[in-house]
Amino acid sequence: MSSVRIFFTKGGGSLAQGMVAGRAGHRIYCVMSQTISQQEPVSNLSGGQTVVSVTGLTKRFGERLVVDNISFAIQRGQCVGFLGPNGAGKTTCINMLLGLVEKSAGEILIFDLEAPRFHREIKARIGVVPQADSLDPDLSVEENLHTYAGYFRLPHRLARQRVEELLHFFALHNRRDEIIEHLSGGQRRRLLLARALINEPELLILDEPTIGLDPQARHLIWERLAILQAQGTTMLLTSHYLDEVSRLSQQVLILDHGQVMVQGDPRQLITDLVGLEVFEIDGTATELDALAASFNHCNAALERVGDKLYIYAREDCSRLAKVLGASDNWVRRPANLEDLFIQLTGRSLRES
Amino acid sequence: MNGFSFWTIWLRNGRVWKKHILATLIGNLGQPLLFLLAMGYGLGREMTEVAGLTYLQFIAPGLVASAVMYSAALETTYGSYTRLTVQKTYEAILMTPIGVVDLVLGEIVWGASKGLLAGVIMLLALPLFGVAPSPWVVALLPMLFLSGMFFSACGLIMTALAKNYDFFNYFTSLVITPLFLFSGIFFPVATMAPPVRGLLEMLPLTPIVSLARILCYGRFGEPILLKIIGSLLATGCAVCLAGYLLRRRLIQ
Repeated sequence: MSSVRIFFTKGGGSLAQGMVAGRAGHRIYCVMSQTISQQEPVSNLSGGQTVVSVTGLTKRFGERLVVDNISFAIQRGQCVGFLGPNGAGKTTCINMLLGLVEKSAGEILIFDLEAPRFHREIKARIGVVPQADSLDPDLSVEENLHTYAGYFRLPHRLARQRVEELLHFFALHNRRDEIIEHLSGGQRRRLLLARALINEPELLILDEPTIGLDPQARHLIWERLAILQAQGTTMLLTSHYLDEVSRLSQQVLILDHGQVMVQGDPRQLITDLVGLEVFEIDGTATELDALAASFNHCNAALERVGDKLYIYAREDCSRLAKVLGASDNWVRRPANLEDLFIQLTGRSLRES
Repeated sequence: MNGFSFWTIWLRNGRVWKKHILATLIGNLGQPLLFLLAMGYGLGREMTEVAGLTYLQFIAPGLVASAVMYSAALETTYGSYTRLTVQKTYEAILMTPIGVVDLVLGEIVWGASKGLLAGVIMLLALPLFGVAPSPWVVALLPMLFLSGMFFSACGLIMTALAKNYDFFNYFTSLVITPLFLFSGIFFPVATMAPPVRGLLEMLPLTPIVSLARILCYGRFGEPILLKIIGSLLATGCAVCLAGYLLRRRLIQ
């Protein structure tokens, strides 16, 4: 795969240059140029370290309360992981930010502009990677990008330049004339991402950006997202792949039943609410009951699920490792975001 | 709405249309041309003159108007519904600065443009059937576009209400086909019994068919202002209703 180097220039702005070395040793120089100034409203330039600020946001569909009085903020340059089981209210929340769902109550400020009142100004500065493929199937890769550039009313020359940059950045330049039907899943996702970046957004909303992709395709996308992050793009990421969220996000926000369960730095939340490390032990009910009853090896929380015992240790628990010995029916691993997620939202299936 | 943002929707549809140009033209023009041949030429040879015209001459302008109706209405039902559901094109568009009003206008103006194109091709084909339109026919073009706007808006109303493609069967069977048959394309409305005549003159295609006949042959016998005003009002209402219903469908 290609290697990527990033150079930062001095001073403000998000100018960064990614150098992408192609497989055949031929080099493509790719410049993601600065946010064009004409998109910045004249007021609102100075303040705004807070990109998104949501207060008391609520949505009712008839009697059903889908989003229940939630508040959060996203700072410039952060990637916020927006997590929750199916039906937790994530998509409704994002759609309210975009003005596609009308809020029942609350206040949304994006770039210090009130949504949805200034939806046009706001959306000119946002890029969205939707979960469902909404590419134009009749059009080629390049035409898809040009059409989208049209919706942002980018001048023709600028659009051509951006399309070239993005085709190279996402390694799609060899497939520019291909119609969408002939693209692989990974290529479609990359094109969706390229499309979302056509207006050089300050805020990128990613809804399950790597769903259904093979590991190679996922890694390529993560690599590109890391470059964008280094350039200062603010991101809101929803994903059920919690390894992806751990990798990309500096902040997470876990939603359930329309409410914010926790919000903060994922490492800190895991340490505070789950612990340091986790033992997963297989065994018969009798064995596991006996082990749980006599457990006194360290400060930990225990959970029995089927024929498994989970021990969430709040401190180093090498004593337990000694007791369990050399058998292969247990694993010891660091506590992760998935543990936190399950702890907060439970193990029962959410099928709406 | 923001200036001419709706134009970008038009351009998008045009870009896609260019790839299927032959199929859509044959789809839209096949029926009116075959009717002209079968009814006008086949049946018309055996008939006496209708309202001072041969039967072929009598039905030709109305078939031009019907080509506009079919082309516009089918574009904003099957075409728009595909963009709304299967392709999620509207969803993608609404994530950009384009608003619902731009989207609705873009779709309606696009449908009307396709309608107008079908009408123009029909007009150009008329000399092949021995029908020579008068220079007044140029004044017919804006009316055909207006009628295209009306039927595009009606189609989009159906799209906003549709749960699946089968829903459009109601529209084609209960609205479009009756309009095709009873709007004075095939028989003169003016000679019907007064209550029937009144009813048929209320149909939205009827004034366009009579305007088409008047302007095609430059024979100004009946008042045309009322027909134009009526068509304008009906189109305005249909466009507003389409906008309201599609907004309700897209923004929850």
